[in-house]
Amino acid sequence: MIELFALDFMRYALAAAVLVGLTAPAVGTFIVQRRLALLGDGIGHVALTGVALGFLTGTAPVLTAVVVAALGAVAIELVRARGRTSGDVALALLFYGGLAGGVMLIYLTPGGSTASLNTYLFGAITSVTGADLWVIALLAVLVLGVLAVFGRELFVLCQDEEVARAAGLPTRFLGLLIAVVAAVTVVVAMRAVGLLLVSALMVVPVATGQQLARSFRATMALAMLFGVLATVGGLTSSFYLDVPSGAAIVLLALAGFAVALTVGRFVRRSRPRESTI
Amino acid sequence: MTAPVAHDAPPDGARKAAAVPTAFRMTAGRISLDGREILRGIDLAIEEGEVVAVLGANGSGKSTLIRALLGLIPLSGGSTELYGSAPARFRQWWRIGYVPQRLSVGGGVPATVREVVASGRIARQSRFRPTSAADRHAVSRALAEVGLGDRAGDPVQTLSGGQQQRVLIARALAGEPDAFVMDEPTAGVDAASQRHLAGTLSGLVRAGRTVLLVAHELGPLEPLITRAVVLKEGCVVHDGLPPHAVGAHALPGHDHVHPHAPEAPQAATGGGMSGWSDAAIGSRRTENLDL
Repeated sequence: MIELFALDFMRYALAAAVLVGLTAPAVGTFIVQRRLALLGDGIGHVALTGVALGFLTGTAPVLTAVVVAALGAVAIELVRARGRTSGDVALALLFYGGLAGGVMLIYLTPGGSTASLNTYLFGAITSVTGADLWVIALLAVLVLGVLAVFGRELFVLCQDEEVARAAGLPTRFLGLLIAVVAAVTVVVAMRAVGLLLVSALMVVPVATGQQLARSFRATMALAMLFGVLATVGGLTSSFYLDVPSGAAIVLLALAGFAVALTVGRFVRRSRPRESTI
Repeated sequence: MTAPVAHDAPPDGARKAAAVPTAFRMTAGRISLDGREILRGIDLAIEEGEVVAVLGANGSGKSTLIRALLGLIPLSGGSTELYGSAPARFRQWWRIGYVPQRLSVGGGVPATVREVVASGRIARQSRFRPTSAADRHAVSRALAEVGLGDRAGDPVQTLSGGQQQRVLIARALAGEPDAFVMDEPTAGVDAASQRHLAGTLSGLVRAGRTVLLVAHELGPLEPLITRAVVLKEGCVVHDGLPPHAVGAHALPGHDHVHPHAPEAPQAATGGGMSGWSDAAIGSRRTENLDL
């Protein structure tokens, strides 16, 4: 384990892994409750256009990715709230547009090839630099801060939007807020697991927590714990076994889900049957 | 408990002059959803302290009416007011406790009974202040009131339909509102829970709360109701004393079979649900199912 910390890039990678492992499942708990489990995927695809735009304009791809992903998230939320097109069709349109846009823009970039998108598509957490880490930390703090302040309202919104409106909550603002927060999270997690797998970190640990927890709060806490275990475990195994980190993280998270599913079944069965009047 | 006589005829002008403030008002209300007219020509004023039941067959627009009164559905004509303000300008949302038709469990993330009931405090809470002792006290009292104190730590998903209905009522109670707006609080609820609800409601009525509820049939709630508004095909056909149980045939939708309303359900089921948010679709769907 010592040699993990001996290397600068591994220290950065571990710190990034912890931040990503905490943030993605925390946002994911609200997203899953809002029945938007695939939102992260949609935003991830759109963010690819942002990354390519960064290459094309010579700007930091993380920056352009945040901006484009946030705009995409706002678009998704507006379409969803209007309800004219069904939500999943709107998401699908953005999937394709985002992916195609990214590939097209990178092709237009002098000297650019789709190969340069690979680290963003599939993640390369060991390539995180000190400067990257600062950006990731800043964004992670921002995301967790928003959830801490607006958590109560977001809980009501994600539970039942109409009830939230009848309580006088600013539902349009909150809907946009959670969408933008999800977009920022996608960009934070993009370096760790890649844009194509980003949603897994927002959904799988939540699904795992759901098997074991009885409350919303506990589900979120467990999801964050499983998230960190998956990112740190995946990174460690990628270091020792020389396998791609993004895939290792997601497969580990899925393995955790399978275990929790079994344990959860067992726990529920052994629990005294609840009386239902 | 006998019903006060004051509400028999609707002398609207006389009421306006009275000192009792109006909780809900709709003037010349018209609502169309996807080009289909659901409600038309609705003039309704509900004063503070009234206990009003909105009755009617499936598809007569009952749920639409109360959701429009809260500003949850836009009107295509006319206006609504909550305590004298248009819904968009209304700021005292803590005065209203909305009880939707059923508990929405969202995407399946578990939530305990206590968590859901505690969310009823949201209109009274400030964003940057943590949950206070008063919040916790109100939540515990609401849980005790509906008899779910011992289930506080259980996930709402494990509760029966009647118990979930009690959770929804407890959530509204926890906010300590002045007015309760309940969408079919008795639908799909077992007899024991219905009696429990009647007990809770009579406490609210004694405390002078305003209650506006949609019901398919009143059951044990009947003695509490001071005024009934009966809808038929989107219009108010009766506004006054509640029709008595013996005269249930006077009510559209008295029968679970609905022999006389072949066209009415279509009004609600009709094509364009696509125009609605998930929550709205969910509640409209149950509206159509509440046979």
